[in-house]
Amino acid sequence: MDAFLSFFSNIDWLEIWLATGDTLMMLGGSLLFTIVLGLPLGVLLFLCSPRQLFEQKTVYAFLSLAVNILRSLPFIILLIVMIPFTVLITGTSLGVAGAIPPLVVGATPFFARLVETALREVDRGIIEATQAMGASTRQIITSALLPEARPGIFAAITVTAITLVGYTAMAGVVGAGGLGDLAIRFGYQRFQTDVMIVTVVLLLILVQILQTVGDRLVVHFSRK
Amino acid sequence: MPGLPLNFYLRAHKVRYVIEFHNVHKTYRVAGKDIPALHSTTLRVESGQVFGLIGHSGAGKSTLLRLINRLETPSGGKIIVDNEDVTAMDANGLRRLRQQVGMIFQHFNLLASKTVADNVAMPLTLAGELSRSAIEQRVAELLERVGLSEHAKKYPAQLSGGQKQRVGIARALATKPKVLLCDEATSALDPQTTASVLQLLAEINRELKLTIVLITHEMDVIRRVCDEVAVMDAGVIVEQGPVAQVFLHPTHPTTKRFVQEDEQVDESEQRDDFAHVPGRIVRLTFQGESTYAPLLGTIARETGVDYSILAGRIDRIKDTPYGQLTLAITGGDMEAAFASFVAADVHMEVLR
Repeated sequence: MDAFLSFFSNIDWLEIWLATGDTLMMLGGSLLFTIVLGLPLGVLLFLCSPRQLFEQKTVYAFLSLAVNILRSLPFIILLIVMIPFTVLITGTSLGVAGAIPPLVVGATPFFARLVETALREVDRGIIEATQAMGASTRQIITSALLPEARPGIFAAITVTAITLVGYTAMAGVVGAGGLGDLAIRFGYQRFQTDVMIVTVVLLLILVQILQTVGDRLVVHFSRK
Repeated sequence: MPGLPLNFYLRAHKVRYVIEFHNVHKTYRVAGKDIPALHSTTLRVESGQVFGLIGHSGAGKSTLLRLINRLETPSGGKIIVDNEDVTAMDANGLRRLRQQVGMIFQHFNLLASKTVADNVAMPLTLAGELSRSAIEQRVAELLERVGLSEHAKKYPAQLSGGQKQRVGIARALATKPKVLLCDEATSALDPQTTASVLQLLAEINRELKLTIVLITHEMDVIRRVCDEVAVMDAGVIVEQGPVAQVFLHPTHPTTKRFVQEDEQVDESEQRDDFAHVPGRIVRLTFQGESTYAPLLGTIARETGVDYSILAGRIDRIKDTPYGQLTLAITGGDMEAAFASFVAADVHMEVLR
C-alpha cells in the first residue's frame, strides 16, 4: 500500500486539477458550439438529401462535399491550419480559447452527419402524417422530426462529446493545456508513468460519465 | 325494399358531392421513365358516404387517396374537395384543406415521443387557433369517443394495435374534418380488432355525417362498412357502384376475384365438383327482407321441383342482409319455379 502511494507522491496535484478544469472547459465550450452549429447543419443536410422535403441535389452535393473535406482532414492538421483563423475570432491561438474554434470546426461536420442519420431513422409515415395534419415545413421539423429523432440526437451528442475528449488531448499541440496535454508532456515525453496513469484514469472516468449520462437520456426519450 | 336498387334510396334526397375528380391522372418519373400510377379518372364521392377503393398493391388506390389531400400532386386534371379546387391551391390553401381532411394510416404513424393526449392534440396545436384549455377539452372529448380516456398519459408504445389506430382516428377527427381518408387502416390488425375499428368508423360516419374514403385490399372491409365501392386495377377504376350491386353481381374479372377471395371459393374447382350433379344449376341472390322469407320451400311445393343446396352464404352488406345460394334443381315444373323466383324479386342466374 505504501509502495502504491509513494508511486504517486511526485505528482503535482494542482497541475492535474487545473488540467482537468481546462479539459472540462474545452469540452463544454466546444460541445455547446458544435451542437449550435451542427444541429441546423444536420437538419439542412437531411432536408436537402434525395427524396426528402427540400430535395436539392446541388445544395446537398455542396454541403456533403464540405462536410467530407473537413472530416477527412486529420484533426492535428486542422489545429495548425486553423491558427490564423482562431487568432482572428478569439484573439489568441493558445489556451482553452485557442482550442475551441478548431475543436468546433473538427466536430461539427461529424456531429451534423450523425444528426442527418438520426433524422433519417424517423419513419417517413410520421412525416406524411404530420403533413396530412396541415403542418408547415417548419412545423414538421420542430413538432415531428426533432422530437422523434431526440433519442438519436442524444446518442449523437454523446458520441460527439467523447470524440471531443479525444480531440482535446491533441489540442495540447497548440498549447491548449488539459489532461491530454499533461499526459503527452509529462507522461510520454518525460517518462512520468505516474502522471500518465492518473491522467488516463481521469479521462476514462470522464468518458464513462459522458457515456452513462448519454445512454440514460437516450433511454428516457425513447418512450419504449 | 326489394326491387329498387339500394342507391335509389340514397339518391332520393338531394345529393351533394364532397369530392370530385375530373380527368385526374398521375405519372411518376422514375429513373428518367414515366410510370403511370393513375390513368385519367373521373370520380365523385357523395357527402356522408363511406366510399371504398379496393385493389391489389400497385393498383393506384394509394395514389388516388393521397391526391384528395394533395399529399400527391396530380399530373393533370381537376380535383374539387368541398367545393374548392385543390389543384390550384398554394401552401396556405393546402394547410386549410388538410385541416378539413383527416387521415389515418396502416401503421398508425403516431409520434412515439408524444403521449396519447399530445398526439391527439397535435393537429390543433399545429393549427394554433384554439387556446390550451380548449384543446385539452377537445382532446378529452375525442379520447372519450374512441374509448381511450384512461390511456391519455400513455405513450403509443404502451398500446395495442387496435388502441393505436383509435388514437389515430381521434387525432384525425381533432380538427372536425369533413372527410376522413383511411389508408389500409385495418390491414395491420387482427380480425377481431379490425371488426371493432370498422365499427367505430361506421359509428363516426353515422353520427358525425363524416364522409369516409377508405382503401383496402380486403373485400370484407368493403362489405362491412362501405356504401359505394370502386375497384381499381393497374391505375384504372374498372368497376364502380353501390356495394350490394358490385359485391353480389360483379362483372369485371378483378372484382370477381376479390369477391371469390372473400367467400373463399374457387370457381373452377366448384365447377368440377358440380359436374356430376344432376339437373339445372342456378344461383339465387336474396337481398333485404326476402333473405329471411321461406321462399325456397314455398316455391318448391307449388311447382313440384326438388332442390339441393350446393353452396351458399347468408350475411350482411353493411346493414342489409343478403343471401346467395347455389342450387341444383330437378323434376317438377322448372320454368314455373324460375318464374316464381323472379316474381319474388330474387335475382336468378342460371349457371347450367
